[in-house]
Amino acid sequence: MMRIVLEPRPSPLPFMRIVAPIIALVLTVIVSSLLFLSLGLNPLSTLEIFFIEPLSTLNGVSEWLLKASPLILIGLGITIGIRANVWNIGAEGMFTVGAIAAGWLAITFGGGNHIWLLPAMILAGALGGMAWAAIPAFLKVKANANEILVTLMLNYVAALILSYLVNGPMQDPEGMNYPQTAAFDPSAMFPPLVEGMRINGSIVITVVAVILAWLFLDRSFVGFQMSVGGAAPAAARYAGFNQSRSIWVGLLVSGATAGLAGMMEAAGPLGQLTPVLSPGYGFTAIIVAFVGRLTPIGVVFGGLLLSLLYLGGEAVQMSLSLPASVTRTFQGTLLFFLLAADVLILYRIRIRRR
Amino acid sequence: MSAYRLELCGVTKRYPGIVANDGISLQVGPGEIHAVLGENGAGKSTLMKIIYGAVEADSGDVLWNGEKVKIANPAAARRLGIGMVYQHFSLFESVSVVENIAVAMSGRFDLPALSTRIVRLSERYGLPVDPNRLLHHLSVGERQRVEIIRCLLQNPKLLILDEPTSVLTPQAVRRLFEVLRTLAAEGCSILYISHKLDEIRELCDTATVLRSGRVVGTASPKLVSAAELARFMVGAELPDVHRDPVALTPHPRLEAIGLSARSDDPFGTDLSDLSLAVHGGEILGIAGVSGNGQGELLSLLSGERTASADMIQLDGQPVGDLPVADRRALGVAFVPEERLGRGAVPTISLADNGLLTAHADGLVKRGFIDRQRVAGFAKAIISQFGVKCTGPAALAHSLSGGNLQKFIVGREISLSPRVLIVSQPTWGVDVAASAFIRQALIDLSRSGAAVLVISEELEELFQISDRIAVIYQGRLSRATSRTATNVEEIGLLMAGVGPAFQTAA
Repeated sequence: MMRIVLEPRPSPLPFMRIVAPIIALVLTVIVSSLLFLSLGLNPLSTLEIFFIEPLSTLNGVSEWLLKASPLILIGLGITIGIRANVWNIGAEGMFTVGAIAAGWLAITFGGGNHIWLLPAMILAGALGGMAWAAIPAFLKVKANANEILVTLMLNYVAALILSYLVNGPMQDPEGMNYPQTAAFDPSAMFPPLVEGMRINGSIVITVVAVILAWLFLDRSFVGFQMSVGGAAPAAARYAGFNQSRSIWVGLLVSGATAGLAGMMEAAGPLGQLTPVLSPGYGFTAIIVAFVGRLTPIGVVFGGLLLSLLYLGGEAVQMSLSLPASVTRTFQGTLLFFLLAADVLILYRIRIRRR
Repeated sequence: MSAYRLELCGVTKRYPGIVANDGISLQVGPGEIHAVLGENGAGKSTLMKIIYGAVEADSGDVLWNGEKVKIANPAAARRLGIGMVYQHFSLFESVSVVENIAVAMSGRFDLPALSTRIVRLSERYGLPVDPNRLLHHLSVGERQRVEIIRCLLQNPKLLILDEPTSVLTPQAVRRLFEVLRTLAAEGCSILYISHKLDEIRELCDTATVLRSGRVVGTASPKLVSAAELARFMVGAELPDVHRDPVALTPHPRLEAIGLSARSDDPFGTDLSDLSLAVHGGEILGIAGVSGNGQGELLSLLSGERTASADMIQLDGQPVGDLPVADRRALGVAFVPEERLGRGAVPTISLADNGLLTAHADGLVKRGFIDRQRVAGFAKAIISQFGVKCTGPAALAHSLSGGNLQKFIVGREISLSPRVLIVSQPTWGVDVAASAFIRQALIDLSRSGAAVLVISEELEELFQISDRIAVIYQGRLSRATSRTATNVEEIGLLMAGVGPAFQTAA
């Protein structure tokens, strides 16, 4: 009888880091082809619509990057938190509060055509997210409150605050009573990178954040201390690393990135505040962080992939009128294989005969 | 039908880069106590894992009562009647003793009945343990009892023990040996892995000696001298520690004055009015049965717990209320008892593990890590302290216990500390590495540092300490010069007998 076992490798295999995603991709193509065949579809053309068609136009690429940018930005913050064993499930709420803070500036000072308005909004977005993240950080440090629960619940609080604001104090007085703010003044918006497309200057923030996150995690001593605290808390105590600081940094950084992303969404494609700002970026970014193996470079690929899956899913639903459940199944298959193939970096497969 | 309970024929196991076991053959008869003797990395643990089904051999046969068997996993080994007590215990921290034992048992999950069996068995073999205590409250010695009882409940025909006496007092070792002899007399075979030659000579009928993955011979340990066995095992003369005369600093470098502290742990030991002073130039050894307050003392001295400022002084400066980082900055270094997870982060490289405590040594510039220097620091430790590994990039958990300990001790010594506090410096470390570590500690003290060693190995304390004190139920006896005392006297103090502990509590 044969038995398949996983045997730990003596040290991680670096080239597997590159090969594992390719294996995952091949397996996904095989399995999803069977799925498409069973639905009477041509697997090749379906896959083409999923992966190639969304990127076949410049506008498609613009949409791709526009969606990937907040996912990457939030994913970076979540990665830094998880390295320190701080699990932020509340990026969605921090995103919302960041957007509210920036949106308030936009509405209050939008008419004045101020040069400082957009930079101030960027700052407000980050600070708003950080303020929202400071609540779970304070409760965790002072009362050892579980940050997963606190951040998760604060999502709903943030959503309700936003709902109150766009229905009340911040509602557009000339908006026919729609629950939304007035449209932002152009001075409160990111300028488009390419005329006629939605991709805008905010992408620069994400690019800078990737570099900073890489520096922080890979090169900075504070990042190292946080990783040690996450991997071996007793060793961090033994070495004298400040655990409370790790919790604060982990949450504040992820709050800042999520708040920034919220600001970028409000001052970019949305151009106003509406009751629902995020199509689930804060949660999807958790997947992005793990698909990216909790590294900044990986998060870039993870964000691009999940953004593409989102666009591709829409494309096949529209052009092949496939039900949403099929595209979800396909997305799930890919993510499943991606995460499963990661095992090969640390383990090897051995086939044993009994 | 073979007369052997267990027979190995040409067992070979290769790992990338090394042959852990190279054509190993050995035979164990029923009721025989068989030693497997060898240095760290000689392949003892791998061999035992093969017998226990935790690792599969590449080639070779395992015969059980004369029949060829494939032991696919530990459950299969247990079904055959093989029990194993690992050096690093495989117990769950957060649940009770009886629950820990229950998970390894087949059959119905009946905790009260199992508790009764545990108590009965522990009384029969003299292994006292309370089934309802939570595991993380137990000392290392007590955990070992749990492991042994867990094995014995399965009525093993072969019991494997990996370095079982590392943490036991002389009396406890004697009790363990009685248990093992009783078991052997009842027909249970015992495979006893150790590098402690005196114990092997006292206990074992036969010894198979391994070196670099190969059997270099079989001996009757009762008939040969310890020195002969040692040469056999190491393949060379044993290094002996040497010490230069003591030149003490005029004032103590490390002092604890009336240190009292309640334990964080409801089952822990409170420290009461504990005082000690260590001068630069000497080693103070603290003996004691595990669970008498050593853990509490160490965490208070290291700063992982704080006390009131005056209770702990460093070169006369009160530091009792300072956290770890501040004490380290003042020149205190520590080697904790737990290597993986406390002294070192298992999943990161040796280089990064150097950075863990040596970051103030110029490895970090303006908040950024100087990778080259970090690697260089680790490389220097690896070569100076003879750490066997693939290099600074090797992950900490890929090293054997002894080699990792050399790295940790080396790292802390490389910080040139004023005060070094070490717990269990050579727990589970082989002869050559132990001698090396002990010599390094002596050399550090002679260079002017104050060295405090907390150990449960009396032999070790007598080898390296200049003065020895005993910790018992959170109180410390007066330190006596090593030459003015002896093992028996210290052994009595460890059991709480003696004038030192008769003062009012």
